[in-house]
Amino acid sequence: MSESEPVARLVDVHKSFGRINVLQGIDMEVYRGEIVALVGDNGAGKSTLIKVITGVHRPTSGEVWIKGERVEMQSVQHARRLGVETVYQERALADQQSLWRNIFAGREITGPLGFMKVGQQRREAERLLRSRMGFTSQAFEVDGEVSGLSGGEKQGIAIARALYFDAEMIILDEPTMGLSLKETDRVLDFARGIREAGKSVVLIDHNILHVYSVADRFIVLDRGRVAAQFTKDEISRDQLIDLMVELHQTGQVHVG
Amino acid sequence: MPARRERLRLFVKRNRIELSITCIFVVLYAIFIIGAPQVYTNFAIYRSFMSTLPFMGVMALAATFVITLGEIDLSFPSVMGMSAWGFGATFVASGSYPLAVLVALGIGGACGLLNGVMVAIVGVPSIVATIGTMFFWRGFVNVLAEGQGIPLASLTEVWMHPIFVGRIVGGIPMQFVWFLVIAVIMMMVYRRHVFGSQVLFVGDNKNSAHMMGIKVARVKILCFTLLGVMAGLGAVLLVSEVTYFWPTTGDGYPLPALGAVFIGGTPVFGGRGSMYGTFIGVLIIGSLEAGVVALGIQGFYTQVIYGLLITIAVTIYAVIMRRN
Repeated sequence: MSESEPVARLVDVHKSFGRINVLQGIDMEVYRGEIVALVGDNGAGKSTLIKVITGVHRPTSGEVWIKGERVEMQSVQHARRLGVETVYQERALADQQSLWRNIFAGREITGPLGFMKVGQQRREAERLLRSRMGFTSQAFEVDGEVSGLSGGEKQGIAIARALYFDAEMIILDEPTMGLSLKETDRVLDFARGIREAGKSVVLIDHNILHVYSVADRFIVLDRGRVAAQFTKDEISRDQLIDLMVELHQTGQVHVG
Repeated sequence: MPARRERLRLFVKRNRIELSITCIFVVLYAIFIIGAPQVYTNFAIYRSFMSTLPFMGVMALAATFVITLGEIDLSFPSVMGMSAWGFGATFVASGSYPLAVLVALGIGGACGLLNGVMVAIVGVPSIVATIGTMFFWRGFVNVLAEGQGIPLASLTEVWMHPIFVGRIVGGIPMQFVWFLVIAVIMMMVYRRHVFGSQVLFVGDNKNSAHMMGIKVARVKILCFTLLGVMAGLGAVLLVSEVTYFWPTTGDGYPLPALGAVFIGGTPVFGGRGSMYGTFIGVLIIGSLEAGVVALGIQGFYTQVIYGLLITIAVTIYAVIMRRN
């Protein structure tokens, strides 16, 4: 994979559910080390699009390329093996389980007969969270349950899990929903951390201010199509907001 | 020494449920031993427990997985009846002990699989699905057996018989060895195996589990099937011990088996639990009736004390969990 090659590329992707055409010919790329924001109204197809990228849904037609290879993703695990990882706020973690179990869920370190190497998983989880994610508080324990964490910390655990397993591209679906200002800053820092690690982020967030503060590029979706694309230096925060309002009211984008 | 103190604190934190149930067990036995020393210092009573506990015990162990999923199975006693009939009828027809065992386990597995498919694929709530299969299989046993028992005294002449219900050193019944070995394996699977972890995640939050790439339906089906197979094994052990098949085989087991799971600290909500707790729960439930009688309390009180014990245990767990 050369540096200029996109981590992910979609060519003319369609997705229908019965007679409802949710995606109607999406073309997009995500490059290494950038944060791409998908913006658009409810029903624009953002969620469906990321479900196609992450192997939850298969496209009705069109091509998905990951790291220069055409792929037909069969499942979430398949996408994950290809380096595409999703962090859903609501569905990222299991609340009653310990942090270490959550970090390794679905990809346990196992020895003979499928028994887990529990000690090793605990130590790895501890190292990962303390050194790479900056969980430094004394009260913090890998044996603690996820339910004891704040919303931002939960996001951190989910992102840590993705990074540990060497995801190339991490999808953040509404990562700041329902979080306090301080927590939101923390999560946005996590997103910047992913970029600094040379990985890519695809971000969906209703709050355009959050999106604007971290993203390098914006892909505007409208009713299943890419309505417009901008890099951050092509559009100011206020222009982006105006554009979203205009799109909402008229269903059209006037660029320039 | 702070490091040692820290380790102890972690041990307590990780094993709160296990420690609580062990305390309940110790207190209960202290009461029995003090109240009826002549009975409880004699090994004979333990031999008797060891011969009767395992039939219900192996099912309670497997039921722990199902409860941890946040599901329930009420049909396993009827499945046990079906397996017992299959075991007896096959032995009468073929004279083959091993074949009869395979038939019993096969029937159990198939009935469990059916429950699993109904719950995980069709989407019937487990309590409804298994009430249905509970009546169906019990009715079916009665139809097949025409309400009649099957005498199976010649089982004892077969070489395989002692493997299941023979007596080893000190008169310890083999069925207890089976129960013990299965309990140890299941405890390891529950806490340390990938499968145990998957059961915990599915029970905790099946959407998360799915997003993590766990095959939710497969995990559920496997748990129900395992319980079916254990109902089959329970039938093999029970019928081998009593050498007689009754169409009501298994009827008395649903409440004690599920009671053992709940006393053991596995809540109905799913996502957590303790296999060790179920093991101790089985020992408690299985020895309660004899203990109550030995203490000189009328047998009628047994259920009162069952109920009291379950209530006390679940209250303790609720308090522990709320503090957490």
